[in-house]
Amino acid sequence: MDTPLRIADRDFSSRLIVGTGKYKDNPTMVEAIRATGAEMVTVAVRRIDLDRTKEEGVLYHLDPEEFFLLPNTAGCYTVEDAIRYARLARAAGFTEWLKLEVIGDQDTLLPDTHATIEAAKILVDEGFKVMAYTNDDLISALRLEDAGCVAVMPLASPIGSGLGVVNPYYIREIKRRLEVPIIVDAGVGTASDACITMEQGVDGVLMNTAIAVAEDPVAMGEAMRLAIHAGRLAYLAGRMPSREIAVPSSPTLGMLD
Amino acid sequence: MTETSSIQVRINGDDREIPPGLSVSGLLVWLDLNPALVVVELNREILDRGRYEESYIVEKDLLELDHFVGGG
Repeated sequence: MDTPLRIADRDFSSRLIVGTGKYKDNPTMVEAIRATGAEMVTVAVRRIDLDRTKEEGVLYHLDPEEFFLLPNTAGCYTVEDAIRYARLARAAGFTEWLKLEVIGDQDTLLPDTHATIEAAKILVDEGFKVMAYTNDDLISALRLEDAGCVAVMPLASPIGSGLGVVNPYYIREIKRRLEVPIIVDAGVGTASDACITMEQGVDGVLMNTAIAVAEDPVAMGEAMRLAIHAGRLAYLAGRMPSREIAVPSSPTLGMLD
Repeated sequence: MTETSSIQVRINGDDREIPPGLSVSGLLVWLDLNPALVVVELNREILDRGRYEESYIVEKDLLELDHFVGGG
């Protein structure tokens, strides 16, 4: 059957990585994440709101012993900002692992791949294990691998869009050409999207909004767990060729007169 | 001679009055924050946890107190 997801020198029990943003409350978040079976979960670095309860910190709710926390650089638009957030995340004490994202445009939240590659080089030199969010563009993906990223994470479609994989051909091409694990990050809307994404042969999927804003996040978490598993098994099983004419499944010989 | 009763510093983008003579550790206690869950930038430089005790805050210091929140 399936093997664990291996990134750098570490095995992960699930091929699904989930975000922790946008949940209506923290207990729902924790229950939904448990339902997904995900081991790796992403978190963001932000200012503490000194006028509000400190309970908003995600570590009051997520035990780093239970989940592998992957800090991100979400919301960063420049190389300098991404590096600052990365260093803060590392100093916060948990890990040199990082989800690097450098956004290039506020409307589409599409990545600035040039800045991402530049930031990746610097952070890899500083000893970070960089998992880089990027476009579904082969050349950027190759450059990120060359920069030393431990995983490359092309989008399925824009962040929070729920459009699913808009270009499966490009995703397959990236998977075919890179050695490092390919995690499709962003754009999955529902379980079928997750399944189709895994059927492209990628190593994993990272998602947040699809689970967090579902009417029942816990049920959607479970659905995503099953979809990721189903898509992975279907990929490993090797699908039948598709064709545009019918082929009977029952013998054509031996019919009665 | 009167001691200054407070100093002004900038924390997370807001001007604040804090007691004079606090270390970063002391400030976190004063703000009721758990040092293990906070990462501190003092004048744009990240401060290792091991230096919280020895780093004293003076007038006009620029502090960022950050933590992990939910994110994707």
